[in-house]
Amino acid sequence: MKTIYLDNNATTRVAPEVVEAMIPYFGEFYGNPSSMHTFGGQVNANVQEARAKLADLLGASPDEILFTSCGTESDSTAIWAALRSQPDKRHIVTSRVEHPAVKNLGEYLAKNGYRTTFVPVDGKGRLDTDFLFKHLTEDTAIVSLMWANNETGVIFPIEELAQEIKSRGIVFHTDAVQAVGKIPIDLSKVKVDMLSLSGHKLHGPKGVGALYVRKGTRYSPFLIGGHQERGRRGGTENVASIIGLGKAAELGAAAIDEENHRVKALRDRLENALLEKIPSSMINGDPENRLPNTTSIAFEYVEGESILLMMNEHGICASSGSACTSGSLEPSHVLRAMGVPFTAAHGSIRFSLSIYNTEEEIDFIIETLPPIIERLRNMSPFWKKAGQQSA
Amino acid sequence: MWEYTDKVREHFLNPKNVGEITDADGVGEVGSLACGDALKLTFKLDDEGKIADAKFQTFGCASAIASSSALTEMVKGLTLEDAAKITNDDIAQFLGGLPKEKMHCSVMGRDALERAIADFRGESVEKVVEGNLVCQCFGVTDKEIERAVKENGLSTIEDVTSYVKAGGGCSQCHDDIQEIIDSIQGTKKPARKKPEKLTNIQKIRLIEETLDREIRPELKKDGGDIELVDVDGDRVMVNLKGACATCQASQVTLKEYVEKRLHEFVTPTLVVEEVRQ
Repeated sequence: MKTIYLDNNATTRVAPEVVEAMIPYFGEFYGNPSSMHTFGGQVNANVQEARAKLADLLGASPDEILFTSCGTESDSTAIWAALRSQPDKRHIVTSRVEHPAVKNLGEYLAKNGYRTTFVPVDGKGRLDTDFLFKHLTEDTAIVSLMWANNETGVIFPIEELAQEIKSRGIVFHTDAVQAVGKIPIDLSKVKVDMLSLSGHKLHGPKGVGALYVRKGTRYSPFLIGGHQERGRRGGTENVASIIGLGKAAELGAAAIDEENHRVKALRDRLENALLEKIPSSMINGDPENRLPNTTSIAFEYVEGESILLMMNEHGICASSGSACTSGSLEPSHVLRAMGVPFTAAHGSIRFSLSIYNTEEEIDFIIETLPPIIERLRNMSPFWKKAGQQSA
Repeated sequence: MWEYTDKVREHFLNPKNVGEITDADGVGEVGSLACGDALKLTFKLDDEGKIADAKFQTFGCASAIASSSALTEMVKGLTLEDAAKITNDDIAQFLGGLPKEKMHCSVMGRDALERAIADFRGESVEKVVEGNLVCQCFGVTDKEIERAVKENGLSTIEDVTSYVKAGGGCSQCHDDIQEIIDSIQGTKKPARKKPEKLTNIQKIRLIEETLDREIRPELKKDGGDIELVDVDGDRVMVNLKGACATCQASQVTLKEYVEKRLHEFVTPTLVVEEVRQ
């Protein structure tokens, strides 16, 4: 059975060019970039090339990029750096729809001597910016807001937010793990202080991430150790993965047009066809300000795990905001923060595309999914009742 | 990805007895859209009072659908007396087991069956779900929790959540659930569940509590006493008083008794030192 992969916000296929670029660093080029000899020094030069490529993708300077092990490490590093370098400030501001990497750290800090404000969103997942600005105080050490939401794809207005937050002298960090490679990012114009990204979300390998730290930002290392990354992150470099991330950044920069045209068109085709063919279905999130590759669709009166497993029988990979898929008992915090009704939240499916998806694959899903939803609804005690109500 | 058995997959992908018996003898409904799963069970009896047919409608995950399908297969041909003996574990066993986090699906099946039988017998539903509400998020009563703990030998809050969902939302009822578990398991538990990582205040309080409850009464039997002087990180400084102060074996008491008790009830990294004042 062919795998049809539309779960690219979870992880992406490692680009074949990336795999190829990495392989020598598992074998012949095993030198330590910190070594004095040419054998290691050459590897260091290649790490710096990767850094430059990633800086190019972001509109940043290479010395503003430090490599980490993952998006979560980048997020933790950024937030702790802001707190440790301003020990007199005890307040952090984030949103209610952040990835657990930021949300759970915010909750941890709230229990350990800090104050955390979680800014709400509206029914379309848009940030309540009035609430945000009202809650910034002299005590606020950092504002951390995601660039794009992993579940709905909704994009926050980071450029305007950065301007407003910076004008108050507060450190601004953005978790851009879902945005990098999908939408154009130019940090020479968007004045965030720190930005997190992850390799495996942009066709790079797992186990590598990066943190952008704008020149002049007060910083304190998270991993204290050797002088690697100019003392800002101890630990011998994950060379092969860094080389892979550099290659992925180079490919990502070249593919950003395709992502925003061809991939977006495929997403729209999928979304429109499903909404048309399947009654009582709706989009979660603001359709106007979304990543080009993501759609979260709620199918009322059916449960997400059942939909996923029935699609799985056809080789279709997606994910769900339902409770049952996560092992928790409540639907996703993102959908709940948006006030998506329970009838819809439990039956929400996220499709996230990539440049590797084809029109045939999309058509196959459009053919396959409606009968699955119909079958599950016919099994559901609520469907007939709901049908009778609306009839 | 859940590890479902082939039997669960089979009953999920090709469920048996989907639908509703319109002139049913018994109807049982449990769950809600808000909870994320719901089951409506209907059955029809034959002339001998045995279940001739049973059908289900389920909103829920794969294991909820499979548990419902399994339940309808299991009850067919049974008298109501025998059907009433089916436990949630029987349903799970029929399916070759369920992931622990999904055991509540089998409990939902058992509950629906109970209600359908109660419906046939003309008993009120309230009687089946009596008790005081413990978990507000999922509407679970103390009686339901007690029953799940007793029938399945549950010993942790996590287990209770897996079986009846209680405690799976806001977590505010965790203390109440722990109390129910403790009262049923009947074991003497420390006054408070040990938090995994203690703040200084928590640590000091717990040390004082343990001294009061566990240690001081024992020392007093021998005419001794103990006083907490200071806590610095993991160093617990105490002053032995009364008979203990002059006792040759006081160092043994400190290390073998006081320190071990504190390891047990507070945290295993504590070191007890005597400070003479």
